[in-house]
Amino acid sequence: MRRIIIGEGSCGLAAGAMKVHKAIEALMNGSDEFKLGSTGCIGMCFLEPIVDLYEDDKLVKRLVHVGAEHADSIVDAVKTGDYSKVDDITILPEDEEFLNRQTRIALRHCGIIDPTSLEDCIAADGYAGLKKMLATMSPEDVIEEIKTSGLAGRGGAGFPTWFKWNAARQNPGENKYLICNADEGDPGAYMDRAVIESDPHALIEGMLIGAYAIGATEMIVYVRAEYPLAIINLERAMAQAREANLLGNNILGSDFSCDMRIKAGAGAFVCGEETALIESLEGKRGMPRLKPPFPAACGYMNEPSNINNVETYANVGWIINNGGAAFAAMGTEGSKGTKVFALTGKVKKSGLVEIPMGNTLRDVIFGIGGGIKDGKEFKAVQMGGPSGGCIPANLLDTIIDYKALGATGAIMGSGGMVVMDEDTCMPGIAKFFLDFTASESCGKCVPCRIGTKRMQQILTDIVSGNGKEGDVELLEELALSVRDSSLCGLGQTAPNPVLTTIRYFRDEYDAHIRNQKCPAKECTALLTYSIDEEKCKGCTMCAKKCPVQAITGEKKAPHVIDPEKCIRCGQCKTVCRFGAVVVE
Amino acid sequence: MCESTCNGPKSDLTLLENVLKEYEGVPGSLITILQKTQEIYGFLPRDVIYHIAGRIGVTPAEIMGVATFYAQFRLEPIGKYLIMSCQGTACHVNGSERIFAVMSEYLGIDNGQTTSDGLFTLEKVACLGCCSLAPVIMINGEAFGRLTPESVIEVLKDIQKKEGAL
Repeated sequence: MRRIIIGEGSCGLAAGAMKVHKAIEALMNGSDEFKLGSTGCIGMCFLEPIVDLYEDDKLVKRLVHVGAEHADSIVDAVKTGDYSKVDDITILPEDEEFLNRQTRIALRHCGIIDPTSLEDCIAADGYAGLKKMLATMSPEDVIEEIKTSGLAGRGGAGFPTWFKWNAARQNPGENKYLICNADEGDPGAYMDRAVIESDPHALIEGMLIGAYAIGATEMIVYVRAEYPLAIINLERAMAQAREANLLGNNILGSDFSCDMRIKAGAGAFVCGEETALIESLEGKRGMPRLKPPFPAACGYMNEPSNINNVETYANVGWIINNGGAAFAAMGTEGSKGTKVFALTGKVKKSGLVEIPMGNTLRDVIFGIGGGIKDGKEFKAVQMGGPSGGCIPANLLDTIIDYKALGATGAIMGSGGMVVMDEDTCMPGIAKFFLDFTASESCGKCVPCRIGTKRMQQILTDIVSGNGKEGDVELLEELALSVRDSSLCGLGQTAPNPVLTTIRYFRDEYDAHIRNQKCPAKECTALLTYSIDEEKCKGCTMCAKKCPVQAITGEKKAPHVIDPEKCIRCGQCKTVCRFGAVVVE
Repeated sequence: MCESTCNGPKSDLTLLENVLKEYEGVPGSLITILQKTQEIYGFLPRDVIYHIAGRIGVTPAEIMGVATFYAQFRLEPIGKYLIMSCQGTACHVNGSERIFAVMSEYLGIDNGQTTSDGLFTLEKVACLGCCSLAPVIMINGEAFGRLTPESVIEVLKDIQKKEGAL
């Protein structure tokens, strides 16, 4: 049977996949010559919308940047079997490398199976780990297997998973809870969304294995409200799993019973911190608790609870099915297995990249990501979101490993990798993150609440040309105090973007403060616009476009910008066809 | 009942009855109740907050504490179309500030405000998770990616045309 499969994850839909789907559906007119279906996130977001053509289970053609206007030729190609009809929209061999260079474990089914179909998932080995476990393993065996695998928490902290599970198992409690942190709040990371949308059963399977290991009585998934499709797909998958006796009472005829529910978050970054997440689950303001006691002893409803993120659980089914040793065979001494990164920003090929630990940043950004867009220079890669830092070009050969990345001042984090080029202002990026953490600080502890605000104020001064000598030293002092004395991970890591940009890009800070210049030409307050008389042809386009009438000049004579009136919006530079507008 | 609730507009509290019946005795369900309340009324009207407080046995202050902590909850009504302008890192380095600025200028409203015809509410939000399509906005749950200052205005105009406002 020939099949047309459309990638309909959030990215695909935002790029217009549904229009393609409807156009093909209309042409099919109810015919059953071939099948039209959908899959989740294929992970090559830079090529969306993507349409895959299958013959039975074999992918025969992958089409990219597909629009509704291509529906005719696609249907024609599938009907006749003459795939040359769609050669013009076929993926280029060098773009295929983006996937070929990856090793997919957590994302093993993403973009391959139909996330709405349990049959599809089971045919691809879904729940094989659960079945194996129920038939042959005790909870202690499971914990031992996870220990062998070396799996560490993929949400950012990198804590050994087996240790948390074991602690939750050992601690006494009337009820025990297994919680999934799907409150993926780091700007620049979206792998968890992709997993839930594209392979919800992998999450259910991983959580069931964890629940069995710790002896949980209930499973709760805390999902961001901003991920509506993820919630819909997970709800459907839960219903399917219950129907198939994979979830609920006496799972697969065993005496293991556990059910699952979804709790939609209400929008607070700090709820990614595990104790704040628990407070939020209990219906309260999401403010972190003092640790210890750790959630493994006293968590949700004061009972032993285990919290891992989506990517961590997504690895678990594979590990149990294939053995912990197979997972540990990948990676480095201290960091085992694979890690998923969301590669975005000024990189040519953006999308989801899953590779074994131990590859270098250069492998990911230049090898898989194809380097920097528009022929620009690489400046830095931001890893770990607001808790992470910016890694400069001379450290591109750093390997992906918890320790090695930590040594740069950044962190592995949840896997956001935002690439920046020469046009990105580094003090500006530090300010961007401090704007974020200052507004997301819950306000419970003083160092974080006031410290982030003060750092934000100083950075705002610097980027608006009001920086003073000594500001950088003051920033460093504040950063260390906030790092050392905040209550939770949010405050302890909030200074990282500041510290790393000062460490690697001190010259940019100095240029802002001493010379009132922004080397990246991004801080509008520090820019001056003028017109090069030699190049200006007097076409009047800029004068017409200027929203504040700051540009004057006769037709066919050089124009002049009045710096007093100019609001530095950049529209003149955009419209000038002769490159006559100079920005300094 | 306090004075401030008597002076404001009256909400139809019967709409909330099923939600309250379902969650009244369930511990830790305040956020869920508020989410369902917002689904019904579009925001959290003051008199409804007092009503919930009375029914589930917490103080209105406690509910306000939760309602103001989370970004999702609103205390004012919003427009028919909620525009969420992503300010995540990938969107930031791809020019999300400019996208927000042109929308703000075109609609004549600032962050968190609603147009006078009640059609649009404009809001800056944290990462929407469509980073590879940056810069991104989401309108009533539908994401629009790879925007330019020109194309984002087209998106708004399409809605205005559909609503007969252009």
